[in-house]
Amino acid sequence: MVNDLVLRVVGKLLIPFILLFALYVQFHGDFGPGGGFQAGVIFAAGIVFYALIFGLVNARKVVPDWFVESMLACGVLIYAGVGFAGIVLGGNYLDYFVLDSDPLHGQHRGIFWVEVGVAITVCGVMLKIFYMFASRGHADGPGGV
Amino acid sequence: MVALVIAMVFLRNLLSVVVLSGIYSFLMATVLVALDAVDVAMTEAAVGAGVSTVLLLGALHLCRTDEARPAHKPWLPLAVSVSTAALLIYGAMGLPEFSDTQSAIHHHVVPRYLQNEVDVPNVVTAVLASFRGYDTLGETTVVFTAGAGIIALLRRRQRNGTGDARGQ
Repeated sequence: MVNDLVLRVVGKLLIPFILLFALYVQFHGDFGPGGGFQAGVIFAAGIVFYALIFGLVNARKVVPDWFVESMLACGVLIYAGVGFAGIVLGGNYLDYFVLDSDPLHGQHRGIFWVEVGVAITVCGVMLKIFYMFASRGHADGPGGV
Repeated sequence: MVALVIAMVFLRNLLSVVVLSGIYSFLMATVLVALDAVDVAMTEAAVGAGVSTVLLLGALHLCRTDEARPAHKPWLPLAVSVSTAALLIYGAMGLPEFSDTQSAIHHHVVPRYLQNEVDVPNVVTAVLASFRGYDTLGETTVVFTAGAGIIALLRRRQRNGTGDARGQ
């Protein structure tokens, strides 16, 4: 699929918007449908799309393996870190009310960082599974079918 | 959707089964939108129709695309699934009617969720991230564990491969 002109052009056009939509779903999750899980999956889907069109080797240059693996752990650590921040600031574990002088702001801040953690972990896991399966076949992955 | 499922059961070509299951996921997403569960619909469309289709195609790339003939007649699995479905349908008959505001589930913790003391307009996000933060932390850990398990399983195989190549 690497030499398909239509796919390359459409992919180049669409991928930025897919990634932008993922960020929108992430940061607008407080107000509309969406949240960390959906955003992570959509972001991963954008990169998988890139890997299908331009080949796995190029995708690995854009999002290298070590980065994906650290995303896996960083997300959970951010989530757990928000919980510990609650303890440090004098509340219970995962208590967001104490994260800011204004309790409602604290809630927003807590939810924001928790969603960031979820999105990073989900995106990392999806990409890692895709890389793992795709790299077991030909170097080009399932895009070479 | 019923026609899709029946086609998926009887088709022997796994490639068309994967594509049909992607279509099924999209139809499921529209059903979830109709039920006002937009968050779940989004997840279903992205995971069910998008990522898992790609992963299944990747798996098909590694094996044969035609399903082997089963060695045994599938009577026992068929009986188990039919009786489970019958039990579920029997249980579903006892549920309150859809969108019944008087049912018990809407009078337990839901009023407190809807008071919106965390001031987040999307109640789903508020419940997921704030009221049930522990649950979501657990879910994130489950996702992380799945990823770590995949790494542990597949990477060991890669190392064995190189080990064999070295003649160990």
